[in-house]
Amino acid sequence: MRLPSGGRIDRSKPLRFTFDGRAFTGFAGDTLASALLANGVHLLGRSFKYHRPRGLLSAGAEEPNALVEIDRGPGRREPNTRATMVPLVEGLTARSQNRFPSLRFDLAALASLAAPLLPAGFYYKTFLGPGREAWHRRWEPLIRRMAGLGRAPEAPDPDRYAHRFAHCETLVIGAGRAGIAAALEAAEAGDRVILCDEQMEPGGRLLLSPGEVPGLAALRGNLRVTLLPRTTAFHYGLQNFVSLAEILDRPDGLRERLWQVRTARVVLATGALERPLPFRGNDRPGVMLADAARAYAARWAVLPGRQAVLLAAHDSGYEAAFALQDRGARIAAILDLRAAPPLAAAARARGIEVRAAHGIAATRGGLRVTGVLAAPLRPDGSPDAARATPIPCDLVLMAGGWTPNLALFSQARGRLRWDEAADAFLPGEVAEALTCAGACAAGRGPGHPIAAIAAGALTARRAFVDPQNDVTTRDIALAVQEGFRSIEHVKRYTTTGMATDQGKVGGMLGLATAAAASGRTVPETGHTTFRPPYTPLSFGTLAGRHRGPLFDPIRTAPSHGWAEAHGAVFEPVGQWQRARAYPRAGEALHAAVARECLAVRQKAGLLDASTLGKIEIVGPDAAEFLERCYVNAVHSLRPGRCRYALLLREDGFLFDDGVLARLAEDRFHLTTTTGGAARVLHLLEDYAQTEFPALRVFLTSTTEHWGVAALQGPAAREMLAPLVRGCELAALPHMTVAEAEVMGIPARLFRVSFTGELGYEINLPADRLPELWEALIAAGATPYGTDAMHVLRAEKGYVIVGQETDGTVTPLDLGLGWVIGKAKRDFIGKRSLARAEMQRPDRRQLVGLAPLEGRAPEEGAQLLARPGAREAEGHVTSAYASAALGRPIALGLLARGRARHGETVLATRLDGPPQPLQIVPPVFWDPEGKRLHG
Amino acid sequence: MLLIACPWCGPRPEMEFRHAGEAHLARPADPAAVSDAAWAAYLYERSNPRGEHAERWRHLHGCGRFFNARRHTLTDRISATYKPGEAP
Ligand SMILES: [Zn+2]
Repeated sequence: MRLPSGGRIDRSKPLRFTFDGRAFTGFAGDTLASALLANGVHLLGRSFKYHRPRGLLSAGAEEPNALVEIDRGPGRREPNTRATMVPLVEGLTARSQNRFPSLRFDLAALASLAAPLLPAGFYYKTFLGPGREAWHRRWEPLIRRMAGLGRAPEAPDPDRYAHRFAHCETLVIGAGRAGIAAALEAAEAGDRVILCDEQMEPGGRLLLSPGEVPGLAALRGNLRVTLLPRTTAFHYGLQNFVSLAEILDRPDGLRERLWQVRTARVVLATGALERPLPFRGNDRPGVMLADAARAYAARWAVLPGRQAVLLAAHDSGYEAAFALQDRGARIAAILDLRAAPPLAAAARARGIEVRAAHGIAATRGGLRVTGVLAAPLRPDGSPDAARATPIPCDLVLMAGGWTPNLALFSQARGRLRWDEAADAFLPGEVAEALTCAGACAAGRGPGHPIAAIAAGALTARRAFVDPQNDVTTRDIALAVQEGFRSIEHVKRYTTTGMATDQGKVGGMLGLATAAAASGRTVPETGHTTFRPPYTPLSFGTLAGRHRGPLFDPIRTAPSHGWAEAHGAVFEPVGQWQRARAYPRAGEALHAAVARECLAVRQKAGLLDASTLGKIEIVGPDAAEFLERCYVNAVHSLRPGRCRYALLLREDGFLFDDGVLARLAEDRFHLTTTTGGAARVLHLLEDYAQTEFPALRVFLTSTTEHWGVAALQGPAAREMLAPLVRGCELAALPHMTVAEAEVMGIPARLFRVSFTGELGYEINLPADRLPELWEALIAAGATPYGTDAMHVLRAEKGYVIVGQETDGTVTPLDLGLGWVIGKAKRDFIGKRSLARAEMQRPDRRQLVGLAPLEGRAPEEGAQLLARPGAREAEGHVTSAYASAALGRPIALGLLARGRARHGETVLATRLDGPPQPLQIVPPVFWDPEGKRLHG
Repeated sequence: MLLIACPWCGPRPEMEFRHAGEAHLARPADPAAVSDAAWAAYLYERSNPRGEHAERWRHLHGCGRFFNARRHTLTDRISATYKPGEAP
């Protein structure tokens, strides 16, 4: 019910909204929660497990019940939004969750009559033992329908999210009285200050008083202060690295912003959370935290009920009751768990009946509370239902005392210490530069001890400790009875404090109940870990702009534009986009690959090999450095010559391969695999800096500098020669390098081949490569992509690191022992190659595999010695249709493979029985290498 | 995210760095003279302590240099960073 005056709302700005399709009106300054209460809507949701009717428990971020779906159109449907944290805007569309078919009449709520069917540990008990069958047949389908929170949106999110890094001297979390004071003090001392607060209006409990919040104007006017409302500090990382989620909801589509703040000091002013009280039916709509009811009246001019009963364990409840009475509510009675309530006289002076040492035996009502059964307490603290008397009411206030809000303190690895006098966990030691201020540091004074409250409710039925997870005092007592002692185990077994609650509402009461049930004290029982995020967080905030094309950088080769314009099909290779093939109009991919392969074998093909990693190695000790790292003999490599080079790890397994070219005595040009460029440079830098620091050598990545056109095929020389000046191509034998001018551009000209044909790899400054590319196409070269490149190299038995190797393959396994410099004293991995295990004759070795029937095997297929063999002897690493040979070919790793040429093995198939393959040497095309040297 | 003091560049956020394993594992000067067992220990055995740990980092997205750090594995607190060849 809306009060005729007061509150921090703007009555000149009415706003229309709907809830479950019904139209309502609220005011600017309302939250969805306050606006619904103002319209008399108390039933806001159904609970997670039992589908019990639920209303508002709180007015803030800790709200466990009022989780609603906000629908702002396609892609903007957000489930599990706390109605207490949603500012009302014109046209807001909200829906309740977890109801079937409607919120008021819910079939699954029948389950709440059957609540004993779902006790603590229900899932564990049904998963294990004889219940497992029943789980699959009966329970799982039923529970999947009933349980769960909200529904995820289906369309992509059209809004934008931003990330921002920030630095300051003082970060203050929480803009209540203590936070504002701390921010003012730090700003006056000259600090850059960030002050964040989760509510849409900063001020905390100062907002309970009318008028301007003291100190806010001074903060707003201070340029050193950044004031962030609707901003939740949700994660406290090491060395004061704190993450904040700011909700902007800007009309330009900027929805939320993630702040990552590094700060010299943090002041936690996160206040305290009021505890609920355990009694039968304490989850009925209309049962509310006392301070929340007071906030609704003071901040939004809404009376949550006309006739209230207060159940008090703390004096703060009286202040709430008095405030509500002042705004026109009738306080039917105050029931106080304490024998001598300090404010009883003050209440009676206001005409309010106070019953000391009383509790609530049960609430009455259906979708809203209609009354309570007030009962005197027995000596054990439990309400004596036999002597209970009914009191009609439409609002029950719970004042259970206060828990300092130390979730972030705990995330900062601060220790919580139990303070007997405060009857609360208070901040203890913490290693971060962090101080606590206000109620989170000291609490809000003791009331009736939490241990006594819990002890009095152990036998109550349906007394909810954690309403969001539908956990009752009895569930916790049952877990303890079944032998769970650690509070972390009790938490997992009962699911108390899980999901979005993270102990905010039910944490203290839950552990006090576990303590009471096990006959221990609260500090003996301890507390559970507080985990980030403090409150739920949207995936959009975490992702920021890292979505779609910005998810990961995309690298493109110099000919990319030409390839796109000519219908190339691309594939990702790491971050690179490489052309797989260049199909002509109407040409199938496999046909294009076959055509490109034949063009290379018969005339000449052109591959953009710019993605190869390139490292320039310079210095007087460059040769000695490479000699110590690569397996090759490097000192004997003369300037102008190239070698196929292998790099191992210290464990002896192949790490990368490439071509090592010596340009001068003190200068080398090294290529790496496309995917290995960064890790090879990292490894070489490691050895240069830390193992061989005395060597004078510099390593520079030149991957982006050089564009590489690989021109391969019998006609390569005659196509290239007219473009070259300063170098006689015919005088350039296989595995040489020369510096020359190509089309007038300074170039490094390599005579190398990854196809087995006469070939050149022309290195030009990357931005000049497109000129050469188009000239060679005009001269008759056929562009080919990575698919053809794979086939061509496999026809020659050339391996690809990462395809023929998997981190357990040595050069000897691949038949590449000839690459290793025989006279070398040492290189990376040499010692490991000498281990007996590496020399075993039954290691898997590279072989060619020739299918005996017409189709290629599947890559990854296991190789079996005979039908029905239970153990594989190897696997297929590569398999292709070879256009040049007119049949399929494959490569594989096979135990003792080199000694088994001519034998037959079986390759498993996913689509049928294993297929026979003949073991052959791995070189299918031009085994003598005549074409290479042509 | 840790704040790591590169001995050359000063304090920088962790995302600029790459962890590079345990520190002070010297590669044997003459690997051929080392027994199989000693070589296997060099390759695979790491201390993995609960407490102070000497480890290597590289300021990958900065100066590119490797350096050593002493980090407490329980608290993640880095008590010292120092250049290769230096004492902490
Ligand atoms: Zn640096």
